[in-house]
Amino acid sequence: MAAVTLLETKQISRSFGGLHAVRNVDLQLTPGEIRAVIGPNGAGKTTLVSLISGRLPPTSGMISFKGEDITQLRSWSRVTRGIVYTFQVTSVYPNLSCYENVALAAQRGMMRGGWIERLIVSEQRIAKRVESALGRVGLTSEIGRQAGELPYGHQRLLEVAMGLALEPELLIMDEPTQGLAQHEIAEFCDLTRVIAKDATVLLIEHNMSVVLELAERITVMDKGEVIAEGTPAEIEQNSAVQRAYLGTDAAA
Amino acid sequence: MDFGPYLFLALLEGMVTAFVLALTALGLSLVFGVLRIVNIAHGEFFMLGAVLAWWSVSLVGDLPLVGFILALLIGPLIVGGIAIATDWLILRRINYNPESTIVATIGLLYIIQQAVLTLYGPDARPVPAPIYFRIDFPWFGYSGYKLIVAGMSGLLILASWIALSRSKLGLYMRATQLNEEMAQAFGVPVRRIYALVFAVGAMFAAVAGVLVVPIRQADYLMGLEPLLLSFIVVIIGGLGNLKGTLVAAFLIGLTDGIISVMISPTLAKILATLLVALVLAVRPGGLFGEQEA
Amino acid sequence: MTHNATTKVLVLHLAIIVALFLAQFVLGPYHHTNVARIMVFGAFAVGYNVLLGYTGLMSLGHAMFFATGLYGAGLTVYYFGFGAIEAFAVGVAATFVVAAIFGLIVVRTAGVSFLIVSLMFAQAAFLTTLYFNRITRGDEGFVISSQLRPLEIAGASFPFSDPSMKYNVAWLVFAVSFIASVALVRSPIGRIWIAIRENEARTRMLGYNTYKYKFLALVISATIAGAAGATYALLFSYVGSTFASIQYSIFPLLWTLVGGVGTIIGPLLGTGLMFYLIDIASGLTESHLFVVGAVLVVLILWLPKGIMGGIRDRWLPWLP
Repeated sequence: MAAVTLLETKQISRSFGGLHAVRNVDLQLTPGEIRAVIGPNGAGKTTLVSLISGRLPPTSGMISFKGEDITQLRSWSRVTRGIVYTFQVTSVYPNLSCYENVALAAQRGMMRGGWIERLIVSEQRIAKRVESALGRVGLTSEIGRQAGELPYGHQRLLEVAMGLALEPELLIMDEPTQGLAQHEIAEFCDLTRVIAKDATVLLIEHNMSVVLELAERITVMDKGEVIAEGTPAEIEQNSAVQRAYLGTDAAA
Repeated sequence: MDFGPYLFLALLEGMVTAFVLALTALGLSLVFGVLRIVNIAHGEFFMLGAVLAWWSVSLVGDLPLVGFILALLIGPLIVGGIAIATDWLILRRINYNPESTIVATIGLLYIIQQAVLTLYGPDARPVPAPIYFRIDFPWFGYSGYKLIVAGMSGLLILASWIALSRSKLGLYMRATQLNEEMAQAFGVPVRRIYALVFAVGAMFAAVAGVLVVPIRQADYLMGLEPLLLSFIVVIIGGLGNLKGTLVAAFLIGLTDGIISVMISPTLAKILATLLVALVLAVRPGGLFGEQEA
Repeated sequence: MTHNATTKVLVLHLAIIVALFLAQFVLGPYHHTNVARIMVFGAFAVGYNVLLGYTGLMSLGHAMFFATGLYGAGLTVYYFGFGAIEAFAVGVAATFVVAAIFGLIVVRTAGVSFLIVSLMFAQAAFLTTLYFNRITRGDEGFVISSQLRPLEIAGASFPFSDPSMKYNVAWLVFAVSFIASVALVRSPIGRIWIAIRENEARTRMLGYNTYKYKFLALVISATIAGAAGATYALLFSYVGSTFASIQYSIFPLLWTLVGGVGTIIGPLLGTGLMFYLIDIASGLTESHLFVVGAVLVVLILWLPKGIMGGIRDRWLPWLP
């Protein structure tokens, strides 16, 4: 079972003044897995993924991706290496059309060459990628609409489409099902499984039924630390987890 | 004069500049701190103070002291009124949007400037000092009035410091600066505070203008220089940071004053800009401002 | 904005260029020179708009770039007898260098800090022209028409004093800036600029080094402004400190806002409109710049997107 580690954090920590948001977290992701990070509010989940995606610099510790130490890399460099983050609070460009939103992402994915390649990125190739990404999340009909006009759930899907257009190796999704209706959640789970065929997925979720359905492994955090890690079955039995949650279940 | 005394003279000049600049910049910084907007017409409020001072002194004629006291009352009051009108008619309508405010206050700058041009004319006119006495140092005589200017500015700054930290009004202002929504939830009349702070900021500039006008003449274009100097101060001190503003004001004021006397005023301004460039290259948030991640 | 409208966009913008070219044959002499001036300033505004309208960075220091082009061309003609093309090249190159240095210093600033810093640098540049007034003649300025040799192309000689020459050179400079900015704005780079304007943090998370693109926008915007400045010196002969003063930093902002910030056609429209408005006002009163103030306030209260912006919102959403 010698799986190559895709992402590894070693003792990664982040403090804000006196507040230790993330404390000495060791995390390893294997390629192709679907990992869920759960924990009560304020556990440090969003901070952890912000450290991984480069939105925040760590106070101490190390992160490596595909064997390369990326701790000092800025967020945009991590995206070009394949780490893509979709925001917890929806962050599409409301005044731009869905096409333009995804095109921005698609363009980035295609600009990984040198100077010349970047200038000659053709609009047709971008258009193809945009259509494909929107098709995968089911938003093809909305391609010309202004993103700000979409209902909330669709905006979240648009974000996922943007993530996909970047052709990530590690896709980090922060509470992607929040605000989605029941049938949309089911569609989302199907979509995630398809995505996981090409990419590794790291998911922050409060919705336990989604977690139990999708995740192959679960990491549980509380007060900035990892308190448990294992398969869904193992986690359900874990007493530390039960204590941390005190019986909370799905937060639909 | 030997170098020593010359330097001393330059220091005195620098000190006067610094105090006046501190007062002016404080007004700008206060407005940014609480309202989060930049008032490009700030220098025009300074100019209005100076011009209104000329007017009140010329009203009274033979008694410059009376005219001056009148100026200290009328100038800031009128300017404060204009500021409040600006707040009601413009700033509220654009909801204190930072970019729109910049454009609107540029417009205000032109309106005030050109109105003064029409009513006051293009000439620079001197204003007699209210008190004239000379302090005789062993190497040169120095205008006592200039020291009074410094002193009064200092007093005013001190008074506002105390008011800001001790009074209920000051508490409201600080609360609004820290968190507008919370302040509103606690019953702070935020809208009125905004209008008040904007007016106070303008009045600081006006008072500075009144104080300074006997030292230099009043003309309709005189607002640009204090505006730019205030900007330099506020950038270096950190936008919205009052302590930083004061420190920076003294740093810049002294440097500007000294170099102006010893070399040239133009060069002083050029050097001040380069100083800012250096600071910004290293710390985009200013010396005391917030750091970007 | 969609990319399906390429043909419509191309046709419209080319039509404007053609119309401007043809206008010279129907305009009376007064308007002839005015339109030439408007086109040069229009190029300035187009350049300014690349930074403000598309990248979302408001500068109050563009006079510095216009003036660098102006003095670059003017000084080399006046003191070294440079020909028009070499002088123009010097003006543009000098602006490019100044912009690059400035850009490197300020690239990490944004919003209000950027505004203030640009204002101060421009003021320092203005003061520098006054400080070295033995060379630059400061406020008074100097005139290069007597030194400027006619342009020699294929044996034919085109003197710069000729009004058609002024018009056509102005037209050429404007046309190039105009077309270049349309092309840029609709390119992948333009898309990134717009994204930065809309939400810089999000754009970083999409993998873009936003500092690099802001720097690029600044340098391009400044160089266009510098080209306009160099052109102004060559065509209208007068080089003076006024062009480095804060007024010429506020003007492009004014023109762009009036015409429609974030549209390509807007800056030209705004330049033309304000030019004539100020012209009329200066016939009425000495304080004609009051008009500038009033227009800015009215704009910001009731027409924040300018004329073309309003038109685009209501009727023509495909306008870049």
